[in-house]
Amino acid sequence: MKFLLVFAALAAAARSEQLFVGDQVLRIMPSDEEQINLLRVLAEHAAVQVDFWRHPTSPGQPADLWVPFPGLQAVKVFLESNNISYIIMIEDVQELLDEEKKTMTKSRRINRSTSTFDYASYHTIDEIYDWMDMLVDDHPDLVSKLQIGQSYENRPLYVLKFSTGGSNRPAIWLDTGIHSREWITQATGIWTANKIAKDYGQDPSITAILDSMDIFFEIITNPDGFAFTQSSNRLWRKTRSITASSNCIGVDPNRNWDAGFGGSGSSSNPCSETYHGPYAHSEREVKSIVDFILSHGNVKSVISIHSYSQMLLFPYGYTTAPAPDHQELNELAKKAVSDLAAVYGTKYTYGSIADTIYMAAGTTVDWAYDNGVKYSFTFELRDTGRYGFLLPSSQIIPTATETWTALLDIMVHVLEHPY
Amino acid sequence: DINGVGQKYHLELVLEDVLDKDSTVNCTAEVLYHLGNNIPPDVQFTIEGELKNAEEADNIFYNRIKSLEKELVAENIPDSHGNVSPEMEPVHLLAWVASGYVIWQNSTENTKFQLAQIKRVKQVKRSDEYLEFDYTILLHEMVSQEIIPWQMTVLWHPRHSVQVTQDSRQPKHASE
Repeated sequence: MKFLLVFAALAAAARSEQLFVGDQVLRIMPSDEEQINLLRVLAEHAAVQVDFWRHPTSPGQPADLWVPFPGLQAVKVFLESNNISYIIMIEDVQELLDEEKKTMTKSRRINRSTSTFDYASYHTIDEIYDWMDMLVDDHPDLVSKLQIGQSYENRPLYVLKFSTGGSNRPAIWLDTGIHSREWITQATGIWTANKIAKDYGQDPSITAILDSMDIFFEIITNPDGFAFTQSSNRLWRKTRSITASSNCIGVDPNRNWDAGFGGSGSSSNPCSETYHGPYAHSEREVKSIVDFILSHGNVKSVISIHSYSQMLLFPYGYTTAPAPDHQELNELAKKAVSDLAAVYGTKYTYGSIADTIYMAAGTTVDWAYDNGVKYSFTFELRDTGRYGFLLPSSQIIPTATETWTALLDIMVHVLEHPY
Repeated sequence: DINGVGQKYHLELVLEDVLDKDSTVNCTAEVLYHLGNNIPPDVQFTIEGELKNAEEADNIFYNRIKSLEKELVAENIPDSHGNVSPEMEPVHLLAWVASGYVIWQNSTENTKFQLAQIKRVKQVKRSDEYLEFDYTILLHEMVSQEIIPWQMTVLWHPRHSVQVTQDSRQPKHASE
């Protein structure tokens, strides 16, 4: 019955009509088979459409009948003249719907605040999309939501924009969740986005940053993969694109960028977890970011967040040759990692991708760097393998808290070293 | 680099008790990876001091399993959210130890394996004093990023070391 009420409320709300004013629901108690038959006849032949919300089954079992206002008198006369006992269960259906709508809106409003959101749990894709809207609602002068494209399965690719104004200010790009199984990253992303919004105007560093720069934050960078980790395979990494020549699905979105594409540390086998795809930027999830960053034209830093291994990495992954800015990036990484460790003792290693983790061709940060974005970093968050991708939710807030320290170091450096 | 034989590594490391982060033990090890990578690496090690005694916890776990009416069966440890129930924690730890053996036997200089998850564990009834578990685990290989299903049969008794009596790599499903 509740479903019907909700459905009716939605239908009414959709048409902005008060469809059920004065309608009643009668609880009827047929005392024998004859009365049950009479009720069935009533339902079939009534001049006004009536509807059993609970059908008559046997004597002594109540039947609930919805009667629209115009038919009330006739139905009651029918019941009374046949000695069928009844009570008025719902006196005014519309009143009940209004009441219910009020309660629903009220409870949504209680959950509708980023300050009561449970950051210490892992959330579904829909919960995160809802939370994004909440964040924008709670900070309308600072945060807006953009859509930069659609995933392979046509899910929206949303980016949160943090801006205090200006026109095409120098910007910092952050992304989490490009590898869908790395759940600590999307969770850290939510906490961090909230932290940025909350601390603007309170914390001097983030205030200084946002007073001159914009931040773009894509939290669910691989929504198809993320949905798949929730519905079918928790350890899914890639996109969910179909490859014509294979039974295997998905491209590694962190091997699909046009930087050393197809090289060592990526695979041409569609069944591989590091399959680079048929060509660079074949994946919509990647192409949309490429297009966004290139057309923005003023992005000064790209920070892509992964897990696990506890590392802070910078270009290159596609070659062992040091990047021209190796020294500066290395010094900055060293400082960020040291400040991160000071929070809870979490030890990170740092260096270029090729030196520190493994050769990897076609990565996000190598592409960004080769396209003029000097401060390009990849984080590998907690842990080092004990739980790996299945990091307990109790570690979400500590991870996000310590990572924030490192992020702030990088962002402040970007602010103070314009180029 | 040892000509004609392989690559030898000398390691100094600190072992940390998973259940008590403050309890550490120094260790030195020598690992020899053979040329050709089709034999498991040789490992020699020495530990400074003693490893903690886990007899009491072992006995509690052993007795609990022995007294179960039906053979233990469980799946997805840890679960998607990283949770391991207290009852399953020893089952998880046993898998860690046993997977260490499997990892050792399948390691090369170009691999880095971690136990990602216990997909399924089934206790196998035995007439002797040993506990036997049939595990299907998922190993995560860091360099290739592959998730590799692996079956292993594990034998254990508090007063004996963990044994992996049988193990085999399992095929991966294409669309999964």
